[in-house]
Amino acid sequence: MYEKDGEKYFVVDAHTHFWDASPDNWVEGQEEYAKGWIECFHAYQGLGPKDTHWPIDRFQKYSEELMMHDLFEVGHVDKAIFQPTNLRQWYKTGFNTTENDGALAEKHPDKFLVNTTFDPREGDAGMKAFEERVKRYHCKGVKLYTAEWRGGSRGWSLKDPAAARYLEKCEELGVTNVHIHKGPTIWPLDKDAFDVSDVDQVATSFQGLNFIVEHVGLPRIEDFCFMATQERNVYAGLAVVVGGLMHARPKFFAKVMGELMFWLGEDKLIFGADYAIWEPKWQVEGFVDWNMPGDDELSDFAPLTVDQKKKILGLNAARLYGIDVPEELRLTDPEKVEPVGVPNS
Amino acid sequence: MTAVVTGARAAVWAALGTVRDPELDEPLTDLGFVARCEVSDAGHAVVRLRLPTYFCAPNFAFLMVADAYDAVAGVPGLTGLDIRLDDHFAADVINRGVAARQGFVASFEGEAVDELDTLRYDFVRKAVLAGTDRVCRSLDGRDPGKLTLGDIPRSPDVDRLRARRRELGLPAEDGDPLLLDPATGTAVAPADAKRHLAVARLTRTSMEANSGVCRGMLRARYALTSEEEGTG
Repeated sequence: MYEKDGEKYFVVDAHTHFWDASPDNWVEGQEEYAKGWIECFHAYQGLGPKDTHWPIDRFQKYSEELMMHDLFEVGHVDKAIFQPTNLRQWYKTGFNTTENDGALAEKHPDKFLVNTTFDPREGDAGMKAFEERVKRYHCKGVKLYTAEWRGGSRGWSLKDPAAARYLEKCEELGVTNVHIHKGPTIWPLDKDAFDVSDVDQVATSFQGLNFIVEHVGLPRIEDFCFMATQERNVYAGLAVVVGGLMHARPKFFAKVMGELMFWLGEDKLIFGADYAIWEPKWQVEGFVDWNMPGDDELSDFAPLTVDQKKKILGLNAARLYGIDVPEELRLTDPEKVEPVGVPNS
Repeated sequence: MTAVVTGARAAVWAALGTVRDPELDEPLTDLGFVARCEVSDAGHAVVRLRLPTYFCAPNFAFLMVADAYDAVAGVPGLTGLDIRLDDHFAADVINRGVAARQGFVASFEGEAVDELDTLRYDFVRKAVLAGTDRVCRSLDGRDPGKLTLGDIPRSPDVDRLRARRRELGLPAEDGDPLLLDPATGTAVAPADAKRHLAVARLTRTSMEANSGVCRGMLRARYALTSEEEGTG
């Protein structure tokens, strides 16, 4: 919980990791990628305030104590949602797996929700293991990484028929929140991960699922916004938007927030600090203090209200995940507001 | 260094200034993507490019290295050319492919199915939309839906918009409408103007936010100060 100026905010960090990218975990022969990957993440941390930068060795592998401290002791987070990314091709025991996240969550039962992942290229065996993970860790969500390498394959698409089978399984198991990484493109080649058209297609087909597009498709948020206005079950995951822009590029942060409010609206934006790329403390405090500057250039956009910030920082995610919010932290009279950019339906 | 060589270095630098990041629509020289640019007394040019992260998309990287190669190869009087991308996971493949004048598909054998023209045109269309927003911001309340390009006083933004429209083969003369659909080249109907402008604004926001992230990442990666950024 975070309190400022008499207002209390229930904070859900909907995008967090517990990873091991230390050299001991690098797969032999894949060191270049394992190293490149974590250094790429580390460079993103450079977009946060200088006093929050970590040395690379701590960034490669951090302790449970440090994570608990950064999130819950000083970071104002009430609930954190793990979003796994396996990358087993490069990291021996995986980069950030459901099992590692789940072990930590089981030690701190009131703090975390564990999402798992699936990969349609794993076929029937993968399906069985997926179901076991969901039951073991009580998963209500998945994090999908369509750009993950596997043998000769450089990624997959939600449009693949094999993916549809897994999404049907999600509906059956009550795994209703599908987070998809659509962020800065790293690889692959033609099968470029920036294209959100696969989300468009499955969002229409699977009306019982919520699709949270992580990093709002940055750097191509326009494609994402056009798609999201057409689909009622598409949400914007703000990891990278807050962490990557609010401090380093405040003017663009204002514009991006203005556009997201315009096209998607206050009920569709989901905060995520993206720990350990960035710590939640400065993001939560900064976002509560932030408001739309009065520049002419931003005159199309309205300032954010306290209620809107409460929704974005935690209440929206709590709704999607069925998280119980203490009475005093709920909105007294939630007003349903349709975003301007959404066509009548 | 002789004056002649200095002139050649300046010419190579100017040539690199015509090469854009296809997605950001900004010159490599402004973005800080040129790490080194030298011409020896004998006229041998050495250029090193760098990108904001090790995992920048190889298709964009390939376009930039190939475009830089073409631009510098067009500088008169050079006796040799050594253009390379540094610190990138696909650098070897890209550098080899560009130096051999191979296309993208041949360079990434088995991993790519199309050349990059479609990708490039998609981004130029976005550049037209972003440029439309930039120009329309300076209209002081005049209705952009009723204006032609010739109604707007010349400025770098207007010149840039016209240039991008010409690249796509879209109408770009004085009598042509300010607002047009960059995919079809047809004028935007008055009833659709408001949405068209909202789309243009969002497209510009996206490109500029992306540019901001890239600049920030490059600065963090190479420990640049803001003064160094953009000076190469």
